[in-house]
Amino acid sequence: MKIIVDQDKCVASGQCVTAAADVFDQRDEDGIVVLLTDNPSEDLAADVHQAAAVCPALAIVVED
Amino acid sequence: MSVLVVGASAAGLTTVEALRRKGYREPITVLGAEWHPPYDRPPLSKQFLCGDWDEARTRLRPDTMLSALDAEFVLGDSAVALDVDRRLVRTAAGRALTADAVVIATGLTPRRLPGPDLQGVHVLRTLDDAAALRKDLVEGARVVVVGDGVLGAEIAATARKLGLAVTMAGPQAVPLESQLGPMVGGLLAELHAAEGVDLRLGMAVTGLTDVDGRVSGVRLADGDVLPADVVVVALGASPATEWLDGSGLRLDNGVVCDAYCRAADGVYAAGDVARWQHEDSLLRLENRTNATEQAMCVAANILGESLAYRPIPYFWTDQFAVKVQVHGRPSADAEVTVAEGNVADGRFVAHYRRGDRLVAVLGWNLPKQTRVHREQLVHA
Repeated sequence: MKIIVDQDKCVASGQCVTAAADVFDQRDEDGIVVLLTDNPSEDLAADVHQAAAVCPALAIVVED
Repeated sequence: MSVLVVGASAAGLTTVEALRRKGYREPITVLGAEWHPPYDRPPLSKQFLCGDWDEARTRLRPDTMLSALDAEFVLGDSAVALDVDRRLVRTAAGRALTADAVVIATGLTPRRLPGPDLQGVHVLRTLDDAAALRKDLVEGARVVVVGDGVLGAEIAATARKLGLAVTMAGPQAVPLESQLGPMVGGLLAELHAAEGVDLRLGMAVTGLTDVDGRVSGVRLADGDVLPADVVVVALGASPATEWLDGSGLRLDNGVVCDAYCRAADGVYAAGDVARWQHEDSLLRLENRTNATEQAMCVAANILGESLAYRPIPYFWTDQFAVKVQVHGRPSADAEVTVAEGNVADGRFVAHYRRGDRLVAVLGWNLPKQTRVHREQLVHA
């Protein structure tokens, strides 16, 4: 599983952190997405896919 | 089993993606009224309108990802009628599409001012609308935005950032007052005034003036006329349900659905157009996040999960350098207190309470902390 985030598209909603806090975080100053790991363990796959799906800017792409 | 999704925007596309992610492998057809492949609307009043993003950047998904969905996209054709019993949709081009499940995701139609069509008058809903408006935002143009809600305020901010003379007119005392109340609305008014937007609020707009078919001004209830080369009408929008008249579905400020977003057997609705049974009343939300979340719920229910839709609503708006984020259901009469940060610094989180119940959390340029406060809504 490989995760790509587009910080330019990100709208800082934080929905990804709500879905998968072990994988995503937000910058303190502006809330833009920060990837904690771009290749998380498989047991987080469902959460990561949920994060990508709920992102209101579609700024997260997951490649299995 | 087959699925027909009517509407090819965020809610429609998300329905398809969610169905596929859940392992559904049977035929899906998506009917879209516009010729454009699915694109995102929030950037239309901001990044696209100011010219930072081109059309391609507004795409919801690239062609490769759309192809991988293995759905048939029928674009440039709109639905004109639904036969609920047969789940048959007729289109403007004469198609007759049937499926075992039909998803209504036709979104909204923007309201316009009465009167003849005038050059220089715009609404903003579609990519084509935004492109036409962008073309008119030329140096020296005097812009009047008629509307004091989210969309009107964003358009005013974008036009002002382009260096144009901008006036915002609308009936409320301050922008977004009916949604966010006088405190936050007042801060937005201060923000726009400080950035040079001329606020003519608290007064209804009664019509437009024109010279030879081109708009020349906006007439206010007190008789004043605001001179204008470009007018943007952002007075809200109505659910796009005309095509469902006579279908037998209950239409009342949207497609009325049960708690599972079901309008009839095998017929579902998602996104701006859907008004569903939420707790003890009907609720319809017009925001980007709802399009996604409701579509995911509909996909689950098509596949037999019986999932009641109970979101914590979320929307955001970007105006000048301010990002406002709202979780929950604020109201103008809620009691508002600052829970973190402070207003003077331009970074804070506010709590909205009705009685002793926390109903919403609002962040003003404090995104990460706002999300943390959202947790309190989950348990409220």
